[in-house]
Amino acid sequence: MSTTMQSAGPSRQGGLRPSSAPVTLRSANPRYGEKVLLGFLMLAAAVSILTTVGIVLSLIFPAIAFFREVSIGEFLTSTSWTPRFADKNYGVLPLITGTAWTTAIALAVAIPLGLGAAIYLSEYATPRVRKIFKPVLELLAGVPSVVYGLFAVAFVGPVILKGWFGIGVGTYSVLAAGLVLGIMIIPTVASLAEDAMTAVPRSLREASYGLGSNRMRTVLRVVFPAAISGIAASIVLALSRAVGETMIVAMGAGSQARMVAAPTEEGQTMTGFIAAAALGDSVQGTTDYNTLFAVGLTLFVITLLINLVSIKLVNRFREVY
Amino acid sequence: MDSATISMRQMETVDSGRTISPTETPRAVLTCDDVSIYYGSFRAVNEVSMDIGLHEITALIGPSGCGKSTVLRSLNRMNDLIPGTKVTGTISYHGIDIYGKDVDPIEVRRRIGMVFQKPNPFPKSIYDNVAYGPRVTGMKVDSMDDLVEKALRGAALWGEVKDKLKQSAYGLSGGQQQRLCIARTIAVQPEIILMDEPCSALDPIATARIEDLMLELKEKYTIVIVTHNMQQAARVADRTAFFTAEAAEGNGDRTGHLVEFDLTTKIFSNPSDSRTEDYISGRFG
Ligand SMILES: Nc1ncnc2c1ncn2[C@@H]1O[C@H](COP(=O)(O)OP(=O)(O)O)[C@@H](O)[C@H]1O
Ligand SMILES: [Mg+2]
Repeated sequence: MSTTMQSAGPSRQGGLRPSSAPVTLRSANPRYGEKVLLGFLMLAAAVSILTTVGIVLSLIFPAIAFFREVSIGEFLTSTSWTPRFADKNYGVLPLITGTAWTTAIALAVAIPLGLGAAIYLSEYATPRVRKIFKPVLELLAGVPSVVYGLFAVAFVGPVILKGWFGIGVGTYSVLAAGLVLGIMIIPTVASLAEDAMTAVPRSLREASYGLGSNRMRTVLRVVFPAAISGIAASIVLALSRAVGETMIVAMGAGSQARMVAAPTEEGQTMTGFIAAAALGDSVQGTTDYNTLFAVGLTLFVITLLINLVSIKLVNRFREVY
Repeated sequence: MDSATISMRQMETVDSGRTISPTETPRAVLTCDDVSIYYGSFRAVNEVSMDIGLHEITALIGPSGCGKSTVLRSLNRMNDLIPGTKVTGTISYHGIDIYGKDVDPIEVRRRIGMVFQKPNPFPKSIYDNVAYGPRVTGMKVDSMDDLVEKALRGAALWGEVKDKLKQSAYGLSGGQQQRLCIARTIAVQPEIILMDEPCSALDPIATARIEDLMLELKEKYTIVIVTHNMQQAARVADRTAFFTAEAAEGNGDRTGHLVEFDLTTKIFSNPSDSRTEDYISGRFG
């Protein structure tokens, strides 16, 4: 059937005839721009997926070479990490304890402070305070981590921990590094959690107040549970950043890979090891070189697991509004 | 037709053994005296004076934007939550100025509950929705289960949900959700329930159920309802307040005010103000 309608056909109920103006439903222009743009968007998506795949592959091959020389059993259970010594041991546990301590301390700082800031900003602060506070918070997230590292070595360890609190820490400690790491990730927690809480519909808050609830209970029992998936996401992201952060721990925690038993001890994290060792003179194809990738892969897998587990947890606990 | 509906409803209440016709002047439980309400510098409502009668349903009607919701929300200090609102004049509850210095708005809202236009259950189970108020207000309850059941029965919802109390409230229909919101409100045992167009998001059948429910609830509670549906006001309300908004002198802002407040039968059969008559006969608004 042609797109122009000219014949009126049999007279229809109501007696209205279609107007005889020619009608076309074809697009007026071919919209090449849109096609080019679509092509670019698909390319962008493809590039980001391909680079991720590429990174994984570039980790996997040297790591496989590493595990031909060192058994996975030794790697995962030995408590000694001395790849650079004459007596070589390849147990990754010391590096994992280093990462675990700094990350746990960082979260112990960032979760209460970050969520506290988020609750204050979304529920208590006047719009004016919020307008000032939020950009400052986001600015804080942009401070280079080497500056934080300096802060850990020069100030938090010697001045605050040792000087003010009389805690027996050396120049390097997982405590100082973890505390500073925690400060660094506060904005991540606060900013994302605040977004999640602000997105909770006003009607739910009104319902709560209308029942005679006070602000704190409204926050804790209505807003917080309703925002839990966003809040959890903020913590997971902060956790991933803490696990992956390098500069602060490389500078603040020390460079001795050892099983860390107390926060005042020094220790090396997985990232700290990679940063230190990658600056050395490892020759491609040697075990030394492959060691880096084995640790890198471990880090990658741990981060992946954290993300998978948290997605599961969030889906179980979330309240959908 | 409206007055016929009203008298039928009233006969039903006679059968159930209650005194029917509201007295000429209400036995006021809530009194507004020259109440004006501002959003910032904008005066939304000017000098409203009216009495809310005990165990009566009072309807607030009028064209949209005339300040019905604003007045309703001022009755339990809900508008405190909007920055910049100000109330002048006096609103007293049993003779106590609810905007008085040592009055806790939370205590006011516990006694004067609110049901909103759009059903807004919490993203929790049906049970937890009803138990929320008693829990957060620290009510002493012997058995939460009994209280939840009583509240759900009170809101004529028990039969429909008794087998799925642990399921999410979001699985209920709109009308059921609104009755759940009513159950949630009566669970804290308020004296007054404010309802802001509680049926506007519901279909006619769900609306009729809520209207029946209101007539039952008024035996125990005092109800103030905002509605844009005049038949609804005629069907359920003992007294009706007609508001309108007119441009104030000097600027173009429309300020709402109370035109006429009287027994519903009088408002719908023999209003004293011609604007009321125009509105209810559909000539305006
Ligand atoms: N939060 C608010 N801030 C500023 N003005 C408001 C707010 N809520 C309502 N208003 C204004 O107050 C007037 C009355 O509104 P409202 O009470 O919602 O009327 P109604 O419920 O009768 O439709 C309107 O002019 C409206 O624009
Ligand atoms: Mg309204």
